[in-house]
Amino acid sequence: MTGKSRDNYNENYLNYVKTQDPPTQHLKNCAAAFGVGGLICCIGQFIRYSFEFAGFSGDELAGLTSIVLIFLGCFLTGLGVYDRIGRYAGAGSIVPITGFANSVTSPAVEFKTEGWIYGMAAKMFTVAGAIIVFGVFSGVLVGLVYLFI
Amino acid sequence: MKKGNTVFFKNPPVITSFAAVCGSKESEGVLGEFADITLQDDMFGESTYEKAECKMLSSAIALAIEKGGLEEKDIDVLMSGDLLNQIISASFAARDFNFPFLGVYSACSTMSETILLSAMLVNAGYIKRAVAATGSHFASAERQYRYPLELGCTRPPQAQWTVTGAGGCVICNKGNGIKVVNGTMGKVCDFGVTDVNNMGAAMAPAAADTIMQHFKDTGTDATDYDMILTGDLGALGSRILKDLTWEKGFDISEKHVDCGEMVYKVIEKEFQGGSGAGCSATILNSYVFTKMNAGLYKRVLFAATGALLSTVSSQQGESIPCISHAVQLEV
Repeated sequence: MTGKSRDNYNENYLNYVKTQDPPTQHLKNCAAAFGVGGLICCIGQFIRYSFEFAGFSGDELAGLTSIVLIFLGCFLTGLGVYDRIGRYAGAGSIVPITGFANSVTSPAVEFKTEGWIYGMAAKMFTVAGAIIVFGVFSGVLVGLVYLFI
Repeated sequence: MKKGNTVFFKNPPVITSFAAVCGSKESEGVLGEFADITLQDDMFGESTYEKAECKMLSSAIALAIEKGGLEEKDIDVLMSGDLLNQIISASFAARDFNFPFLGVYSACSTMSETILLSAMLVNAGYIKRAVAATGSHFASAERQYRYPLELGCTRPPQAQWTVTGAGGCVICNKGNGIKVVNGTMGKVCDFGVTDVNNMGAAMAPAAADTIMQHFKDTGTDATDYDMILTGDLGALGSRILKDLTWEKGFDISEKHVDCGEMVYKVIEKEFQGGSGAGCSATILNSYVFTKMNAGLYKRVLFAATGALLSTVSSQQGESIPCISHAVQLEV
């Protein structure tokens, strides 16, 4: 039974609460996300150019760039900086690969106190698990579409 | 004597001593001046945040007893609770003391519920002295109810910030201090709010219900009080509370103060203000009681509110039932 089927569900009150809610500042949030997200991509591109300059190419180049970005994401999470960036940038720092690194590292750091196996290792994917499941699922879907076109 | 939902105390129990411990972020605000212990480090020298929360609670209890010039053997019972699963902070803190413990869960309204229950026992003559205490910790609450601390996610503008802190007071059958004159037991109110980030809106109806019930039972109104103190409604919840009571003909806007609204000095990331059991516990057991003893406030209605949800219930789409208990304090 959810709140909606109960007698105490008070539609008038909920509508009234909506009028009182402080509005989400979409424009400001979008600008922050665009700026920070763009900056992360620029850093990624810079890393890519650096490796290209060092003589890497193809899959190696893409792999190395991702590895460095993932490392930076994890490192900044460990230093306690990434959550501050995330609070400001929102999707700007969640969507890039550094955000995925953060979503794996942060529960690992948090649940370390419950032991290495049941704490750190098991809880590591509490946030990222959903991303992996739906990431793989949408990958399969797109692959199927690609196969039949 | 009971009238409506309000219990009147024939021999008003007295709050003789009190103590509060608060975290570093909280010490920037009003608590910095009034709390007994302000932490520099939110871990409090412990290895986990849960242990730190337990130690804060334990320190607040010990200090409240000590400040009253009492010893462990003088205390008949400890009433406490907290926000963590199976109220571990309170139970583990009780392990440090050699007196009986009654665990209570009432989310963020634990402070008013423990004062009310202790006062009932003392007034009835079953016990002479009780300790009522509670606390919360930002990091442990965040982990249980939300996301890991280091996860880079945004907080919606309705969100509040769990207070790191603990407070406790000793309630005696005689002595000098703040009298607990009566108390109103709250009903669980649920207006169908399901947004766990909007606790203010969920809890405001419960606070309004209890406060108006109290007015009705005692034959008073807002003008009879120096302060009507709610726990952690935050800025948004306070606005809603004022609207809800005004609608029913009680104008409390002049006298209403919310602990959540006053606890933080800077509006940085805490948005609507503080929340958590420690919010009302620290403010009441430091600032409010100190000012009452100094004679600034003579009559205070303390109505802390609590959201009785769990992570399971909210994920299953249940709305948030809330409660508020009120105690009338006088000097």
